[in-house]
Amino acid sequence: MDTQTLIYIFVGLSFALYIGIAIWSRAGSTKEFYVAGGGVNPVVNGMATAADWMSAASFISMAGLIAFLGYDASVYLMGWTGGYVLLALLLAPYLRKFGQFTVPDFIGTRYYSKTARVVAVICLIFISFTYIAGQMRGVGIVFSRFLDVPIFWGVIIGMGIVFVYAVLGGMKGITYTQVAQYCVLIFAYMVPAFFLSFMITGNPIPQIGLGSQVNDGSGLYVLQKLNLVLSDLGFGQYTDGSKSMIDVFCITLALMVGTAGLPHVIVRFFTVPKASDARKSAGWALVFIALLYTTAPAVGAFARLNFIDTVNETSYSEAPGWFKNWERNDLIAFQDKNGDGVMQVRSGDAFEGAPEFAAEAGPSGERVVTNTPVADSENEVYVDRDIMVLANPEIGNLPGWVIALVAAGGLAAALSTAAGLLLVISSSVSHDLLKSTFKPNISEKGELLAARVAATAAIVVAGYLGIYPPGWVAQVVAFAFGLAAASLFPAIFMGIFSKRMNKEGAIAGMVTGLAFTFGYIFYFKLANPAANVAENWLFGVSPEGIGVVGMLLNFIVAIAVSKMTASPPVEIRKLVDSIRVPRGAGEAHAH
Amino acid sequence: MSDENETHETSAAEGAYWRDNIRLLVSLMAIWFACSFGAGILFRDFLDQFMLGGYPLGFWFAQQGSIYIFIALIVFYVVRMKKLERKYDLDD
Repeated sequence: MDTQTLIYIFVGLSFALYIGIAIWSRAGSTKEFYVAGGGVNPVVNGMATAADWMSAASFISMAGLIAFLGYDASVYLMGWTGGYVLLALLLAPYLRKFGQFTVPDFIGTRYYSKTARVVAVICLIFISFTYIAGQMRGVGIVFSRFLDVPIFWGVIIGMGIVFVYAVLGGMKGITYTQVAQYCVLIFAYMVPAFFLSFMITGNPIPQIGLGSQVNDGSGLYVLQKLNLVLSDLGFGQYTDGSKSMIDVFCITLALMVGTAGLPHVIVRFFTVPKASDARKSAGWALVFIALLYTTAPAVGAFARLNFIDTVNETSYSEAPGWFKNWERNDLIAFQDKNGDGVMQVRSGDAFEGAPEFAAEAGPSGERVVTNTPVADSENEVYVDRDIMVLANPEIGNLPGWVIALVAAGGLAAALSTAAGLLLVISSSVSHDLLKSTFKPNISEKGELLAARVAATAAIVVAGYLGIYPPGWVAQVVAFAFGLAAASLFPAIFMGIFSKRMNKEGAIAGMVTGLAFTFGYIFYFKLANPAANVAENWLFGVSPEGIGVVGMLLNFIVAIAVSKMTASPPVEIRKLVDSIRVPRGAGEAHAH
Repeated sequence: MSDENETHETSAAEGAYWRDNIRLLVSLMAIWFACSFGAGILFRDFLDQFMLGGYPLGFWFAQQGSIYIFIALIVFYVVRMKKLERKYDLDD
């Protein structure tokens, strides 16, 4: 069977599985729709959280980032895992004990204020839409490359699948599909990693392989060889970074705190039966996530070695098939600057900007690139970092079924995250805006209908963003984490650990953190991108890491304002006392 | 930040449980900080002169070790909290 047929079979089977689960687990009440009835086993919830959390960015992009950034990419590895420690220790058990449906629920109740709730809803919707646009681009890439359908139809099919299980099943449907999606994606990620690690080092465990010797007889360790090869070609050392220490520090912290403040992750901990289960569940989630996250550095390093090995100093006419496949999809380009027909991989950009292809073919048969060449770099090869994981099995010459598996895995990662995000958007509209703020006497049935309508609307918007991705999508992912770190995390944290924090302080803090972080990222990423260099940054902190400063401002303003205003009412202090102890989860919160 | 001297009633067990919890949290967060921000970022250059197999040690902490330690921290917290909750008879 050829690879293309295998891809159709694998992707088709996985989609059929998701739909089957959706039909089996339809939601009948708002409690099932919002929190899967609150009875999910902590291990199952941990697995669902892992799929929810690991997005197209984790599955498709991260190893590519590591391959090209080396040490600097550690910010993602530590940042996106360390947040679970914050969740398990500081937030999850208390939020579960509080026991409502959404993040704005907690903020609105704890700060006895509809304004606080609405501010939280605004933060949540902004964070979630930013995030979901990226997922849809991931779906588009996988479809267009592997299934040979235009991105438009790819996104429509993806949206259709998500529609069925998110709108019908709500959180209940999403939870069990995410478990299936986790299995698909982790299997798809590990299999090629085992193969590659075994081929390059002789040890199939990638985490050990990366620390072992290359089995080419040179006696060099993988990282040593990579450093040697890269410095020969004019790149910096793989194990050294180019970012400043303060920036690495701030980005890591912003990603950690942002992770702990992401609404679609937090809400997963509302679905387990007990407060102590929330702690356990966060631990399981991190175990399932770590499996992929400790493998990614190995995949990145092996991919970089393999890529240079097969492409550098190879003449274009002998370029491997995968090179030409990705070139057809505009994600790889070769500009023969010295006219020798041989591809030179060196440091620096081959040409300015993303490739623009002319209609005719060049002398060696390559697609001619019309961009202005960068004169002071000998590099002739452009490669989009997002393709490394997807191209890896082909680069390593792995069998067709592995390639098909990776296609299904990439889709599972993108769809599971998209569904989780859609759910928090729809529940914040139907539950927080309608039921709790503007239309309190809506019936249970009406609320469930509103949740489904809101989910449908959110899917349509997300689909639109996926088909016509605004140029700023890639630029604003920093928004999601920075804003979550600067707005939601401090408000939730102080709501649990301080009885003195009142509504005035919390609202002032959230607004300050949000406005500052938004303004800083907006200025450097969108309004004046030319100024986005280290000399202009506040304390040398890039827009990716600025959420940390926003978070500190949030804490300072909130504490200062709360000291100058009245203490929260006594029933709120009792509420805080009750969420601090695990006994009696489920029937707590008397309000 | 938590002011326990507030006027209204919390039971003695709840107060003691919460103080023990905070103490545990502070020490675990210190380890969390030390392995990621300490070993993986601030003291990386110093640690990189040691090797763990083929990994420079600081690099290993940044891309592997801190993640394993994060898991260990959560596991330890889950176990200790369960014990604390039994001790004060506050478990769920």
